[in-house]
Amino acid sequence: MTMRRKAAITGIGETAFSKSSGLSDARLQLEAVDRAIADAGLDRHEIDGIIPSPHGKGFTYEGFAEHFGLRGVRFSTTLHFGGANGITALNSATMAVATGAARHVVVVAGRNGASGTRISARPTLVQPNFAVSREFESPFGATVPMHFYGLMARRHMHLYGSTSRQFGMVAVAAREHAILNGGAIMTKPLAIEDHQQSRMLADPLRMFDCCIESDGAAAYIVSAAETVRDRASKPAWVLGVAEGHPQSPTSIATRPDILETGIGLAAPRAFAMAGIAPTDLKAAMLYDAFTFLVITQLESLGYCKPGEAGPFVETGGIRLDGPLPVNTHGGLLSHSHSTAAITHVCEAVRQVRGTAGKAQIAQPGPIVVTGNGDFFDGAVAILGH
Amino acid sequence: MQQADRPAKPAPEPTEASQPFWDACARHELRIQRCIQCGTLIHYPKLVCPDDGSDRFDWPLMSGRGTIISFVIAHRAFHPGFTEDVPYILAIIELEEGARLLSNIVGAPPEHVRVDQPVLLDWDDLSGPIPLPKFSLAGGAA
Repeated sequence: MTMRRKAAITGIGETAFSKSSGLSDARLQLEAVDRAIADAGLDRHEIDGIIPSPHGKGFTYEGFAEHFGLRGVRFSTTLHFGGANGITALNSATMAVATGAARHVVVVAGRNGASGTRISARPTLVQPNFAVSREFESPFGATVPMHFYGLMARRHMHLYGSTSRQFGMVAVAAREHAILNGGAIMTKPLAIEDHQQSRMLADPLRMFDCCIESDGAAAYIVSAAETVRDRASKPAWVLGVAEGHPQSPTSIATRPDILETGIGLAAPRAFAMAGIAPTDLKAAMLYDAFTFLVITQLESLGYCKPGEAGPFVETGGIRLDGPLPVNTHGGLLSHSHSTAAITHVCEAVRQVRGTAGKAQIAQPGPIVVTGNGDFFDGAVAILGH
Repeated sequence: MQQADRPAKPAPEPTEASQPFWDACARHELRIQRCIQCGTLIHYPKLVCPDDGSDRFDWPLMSGRGTIISFVIAHRAFHPGFTEDVPYILAIIELEEGARLLSNIVGAPPEHVRVDQPVLLDWDDLSGPIPLPKFSLAGGAA
């Protein structure tokens, strides 16, 4: 069976995003779920599926069920794919509602990533799935994601001639979009010169190549097709969704092709399911933990040929008025970074609904959303009318 | 030996699969796990061969010659054990036998390092309890 148009995102919910929320991870997650349920026009007791946050000290499935008084939960799974989670969870939730295992699945993620356990301050990769990297790579000083993304970026520069200035234009576009958003954390204008003069942290990556850290949570509701009727908000249909996992998932150093990503492996399946070509896309919400990731994704998604994404970005291709607006909310680089790609999903849904405000894209059409977690588990979703 | 007044670097914690690798490092021998049945070099070490499932291995000695697949110049330490080391060079090395590993390029100014450059094994006895296989540019800092 195909999952095309078997599920729709019927509700989205976000907290405010800040550097210091003053709220616990659990409260942030509750608030996001509450808003998503209200946005979908559902009674909370209609929720029968839950995929909890991969991050933070918030709720497991049990916590949500107890706080919302849920008695009819029929589906829950917990995924640990970091920044890919928001989209791998959409894959799981779509399977659940397409098969009839559940009717309304809530997906949530959020934490105090700025005021709580800071992402960048994490001295080593602590999760169990990083044990191999801890043993063989941390002793050499490869201790944070920036190091591994930097290794990929350098290889891409070597193979294709991509440049720091091209990376910088990703940051500039993200900031322009964040300024339009109204809820983004970073709203001071950023010029390419600011990027080029910013501190080199893990050469070739500079400070403004790195995403921000934030407090905040976001959630969405995936509903079975047959339940999507006369809802207050226009549904964003899941046209295609797929996940991918590269070779040697615990280490990019031992990966035969260090530019291989889960997103690249998933993309052909997601586009085939949706029945569209990458060039049919009207916008893209791409997981942008680092600027370089946007450039390599434009290529691995098949929108640009290898080596052509850098020049495409440099000439304004991903700006709001360009051929493929990317991260029209400001992305992880300038909007927020604490929801495992769910804010990207929320922005895609707003674009489909036509409620993206000053950042509304001119032409309606399919929108791709990606998630990426260390080390390059990935997922691709295509949403549309 | 590590200087007592400096924060320790993360040290390898050998596992059931990797103990022979680190035991060889202690003798300044870079030995990589090899499946006796199919001949595949396996790194990082595993309990079974990912190609054929066999659990019979030998540990051939590597030549120590390799090339740089990619590198990063770390200008900021995110772990206190590396504060004194910045800038330091992280690199993915492909050994001439085919296995890859993450290591450091030592003894060269960062601006001399290039992708595809040849490198030679250079043991580091000072960073922790087990000698670490690091690399220097072949022919010195050209």
